[in-house]
Amino acid sequence: MIRIFANANFDFIAVRRYAYGVTAVVLAAGLVFLLLNGLNYSIEFTGGTLIRLKTQKPVDVAALRTGLDRQGVLGAEIQSFGGTDEFIIRARVAKQGADADNTQVTAEAVRHALDQVLGAGNYSTAQAEAVGPKVGGELRQKALLAIFYSFFAVLAYLAYRFEWRFGLAAVVATAHDILTTIAFISFMKLEVSLVVVGAVLSMVGYSLNDTIIIFDRVRENLHKYKRDHFSDILNRSINETLPRSVLTHGTSLATLLALAIFGGEVIRPFALVMFFGVFTGTFSSIYIASPVLMAIEKRWPGADARGARQVAAAGRRVQAQIVKS
Amino acid sequence: MFATIRTRLIIIGLLVVASVYFLFPRETTLRERGPDGVMRDVKVTQVPLKRGLDLQGGIHLELELDQSKQVSADPKRDIDLALTVLRKRIDEFGVTEPVIQKQGSDRIVVELAGITDPARAKQIVQRSAFLEFRITDRTGALEKALPAMDRALRSAGVKIDTAAKAPRAPSAVEQLLKGDSAKGKDTTSTEAGELSSLIQSTAAAGFAPMPGEYLVPASAYPRVDSLLRLPEVARLMPRNVVLRWSAAPLSVGVQSYQLLYALEDRPIVTGSSLVDAQAQIDPLTSGAIVTFELDRSGARKFGEGTGKHVGDYMAILLDDRVQGRPPVIQSRIDRRGQITLGNKTIQEAQDLALTLKAGALPVPLKIVDERQVSASLGADSIRDGILAGLVGTAMVVLIMIGYYRLSGVLAVLALGLYILFTLGSLSMIDATLTLPGLAGIVLSIGIAVDANVLIFERMREELALGKTVRLSVDEGFKHAMNAIVDSNVSTVLTALFLFQFGTGPVKGFAVTLIMGIIASMITAVFVTRTFYMIWLDRQPTMTKLSI
Repeated sequence: MIRIFANANFDFIAVRRYAYGVTAVVLAAGLVFLLLNGLNYSIEFTGGTLIRLKTQKPVDVAALRTGLDRQGVLGAEIQSFGGTDEFIIRARVAKQGADADNTQVTAEAVRHALDQVLGAGNYSTAQAEAVGPKVGGELRQKALLAIFYSFFAVLAYLAYRFEWRFGLAAVVATAHDILTTIAFISFMKLEVSLVVVGAVLSMVGYSLNDTIIIFDRVRENLHKYKRDHFSDILNRSINETLPRSVLTHGTSLATLLALAIFGGEVIRPFALVMFFGVFTGTFSSIYIASPVLMAIEKRWPGADARGARQVAAAGRRVQAQIVKS
Repeated sequence: MFATIRTRLIIIGLLVVASVYFLFPRETTLRERGPDGVMRDVKVTQVPLKRGLDLQGGIHLELELDQSKQVSADPKRDIDLALTVLRKRIDEFGVTEPVIQKQGSDRIVVELAGITDPARAKQIVQRSAFLEFRITDRTGALEKALPAMDRALRSAGVKIDTAAKAPRAPSAVEQLLKGDSAKGKDTTSTEAGELSSLIQSTAAAGFAPMPGEYLVPASAYPRVDSLLRLPEVARLMPRNVVLRWSAAPLSVGVQSYQLLYALEDRPIVTGSSLVDAQAQIDPLTSGAIVTFELDRSGARKFGEGTGKHVGDYMAILLDDRVQGRPPVIQSRIDRRGQITLGNKTIQEAQDLALTLKAGALPVPLKIVDERQVSASLGADSIRDGILAGLVGTAMVVLIMIGYYRLSGVLAVLALGLYILFTLGSLSMIDATLTLPGLAGIVLSIGIAVDANVLIFERMREELALGKTVRLSVDEGFKHAMNAIVDSNVSTVLTALFLFQFGTGPVKGFAVTLIMGIIASMITAVFVTRTFYMIWLDRQPTMTKLSI
């Protein structure tokens, strides 16, 4: 029987202050990247026109750009993709003078420019998107709403199954994960597309999952070891779930690796974001969720930790007596 | 309830049979338009898993009422009407399983899979066949406004000149130059009085004068059109007059003109009142005509409008273009009328009648979102996704069996069933498999073993406490349940919000996630448990569990 971290007994909670330092540094660095790089929203969110094309002959990018400018499509990004015969053209700004929500005008202007520069029939369109800024704005709003509402749903569910303290700690940890993941996206200069938003939301689910597994153990151990100190119970719970964490994260990372390598261009950002999410989710379950739970427990002692609280109170009484005598 | 191995095996067997049934390749009928233009049914045998547009190629369009040209009085009714109209047209177009549905209150989503000619598809969807009847302007509003427009252009002209270096103006300058070479005399090299010189009264070309009709040399048409659209210029038109172009240029000798019409802003009646349209040949002129019939309220409005304007000219507009030269209103017209198409063929008249009848869109639609993926890119995506899935699964199998030995083998068997159940249930609820959904399935293979890992780790703990194999297995399942249920329910909750607020591919992803979680609960808990029961049943004296 191979066993990883069986009967592990790391004092996770003791080093939490260092972990806070790490969190602070990571978040600060993330903020810097966010301020420097910003977020590169995809056409889906900003509105604009995207055309992915394959040409039969190598393309002169400068000529293509001039052609686009001449059609009134200014400042389009032209990104070569693979060789010199595959390109993505992104025009974020609508054709001059056109109604921005009428995406067709801009899309036609881009096609017109392509016909002129490359010659009609000399290229094939693999993918085309033309999104109005209104649709894009709505999409962004919907994505934010999805995250926001899911927070409340999870809070409510955990309050029902555990206690509100657990829910709050889990949500704080999840918020941390979202922040670090956004910082990661900014750092890697990944394009924020629908697929990436999907990855962020799956990461939220994954991280919550991980936190809940540990909390489930905490809940159980609180009943089992009524005399133990709360931090000991947290430590014990994290250690007991450690083999499961290693295994599950291992299999998840294995599939993500396969997706990143073999899944193709569209899926790669998804795999990268989730890959990072596995790490940040694991970190936050141990070093954000658990200490926050402890902090909340100290501030507002709850029924679940009755034993621990009594023991702590008893401890203080004993200490007081010792001081007195 | 599921106490005996036999009952459990029967349930698992039923699930397997159901999944296989839903995934079994079956014959489906595709409706296609053949090369000869006739619709025909083609039978294809394929796995009945619906693939999203991003996987099979196709076009996705989101359409919205275009209120810039005419404010819709009842947008709700109009969008519903437009929906029916689009359904009829697309049926005619011949697409397998098209998606035509309302999104929100003001949008229509059209998804056409496997379309090879997106431009034509767009045309079919967008050709609004929006019919209007408007009286031509008798007040000479455009003539009166022209000097002021030219002055406005001159004062704004500085801006145009400086912008000439910016890449936008060259196109306008080019058009001007082209106009010069083709026309020579009408365009002036200075901006002064440009519109006055380009827009002439019809009489100038020797036509019978008609109020509100103007001639613009065809070569200068794009230039004039863009100038008239400038806000500074457009502002100068009286509020109750709109400008519209003719559908086709008019040739006079070697010269070709685009006709510009000043029309009353209020249409007498629009295509939403149309109930029937027929193509015919006018016995007198032997030209093609389309006769139409209006509904009762439309007929009343039409009667009132034409009654008031006997002797005036009435422009017939189709999609904002004036069709032919406006005829004079001889007398009050009620329910029936006709559109003279001049030298068009009877075929064109039939097409028009068909779109008018099946398809007069109550209001124009504009495309606000368009996504188009070629079939080859979709095929690449599927191939990549399947490869990633196979490699990912292989790694998960290695990890599980390497670490948990025989118990790992049980988990891998359950994983196989998991994949089968997930795909089967997706096919059953007729879900659309998208690219992110495919990624979700691959990822879920890695995550699906989590429940088994939780159970196995729990068993190991119980074994370490010195409990018997049978007891450890029971306790392992029992104690792991809480964690499994809580973690999965919270994931389903987030997936539900993803589904609620997501669009297209993300919705597909959420659905695969939810089905995956349900399938993994069944396989990891119920199926694996059954396997253990069989195992322990066969070796009741087992003292050492391979885990």
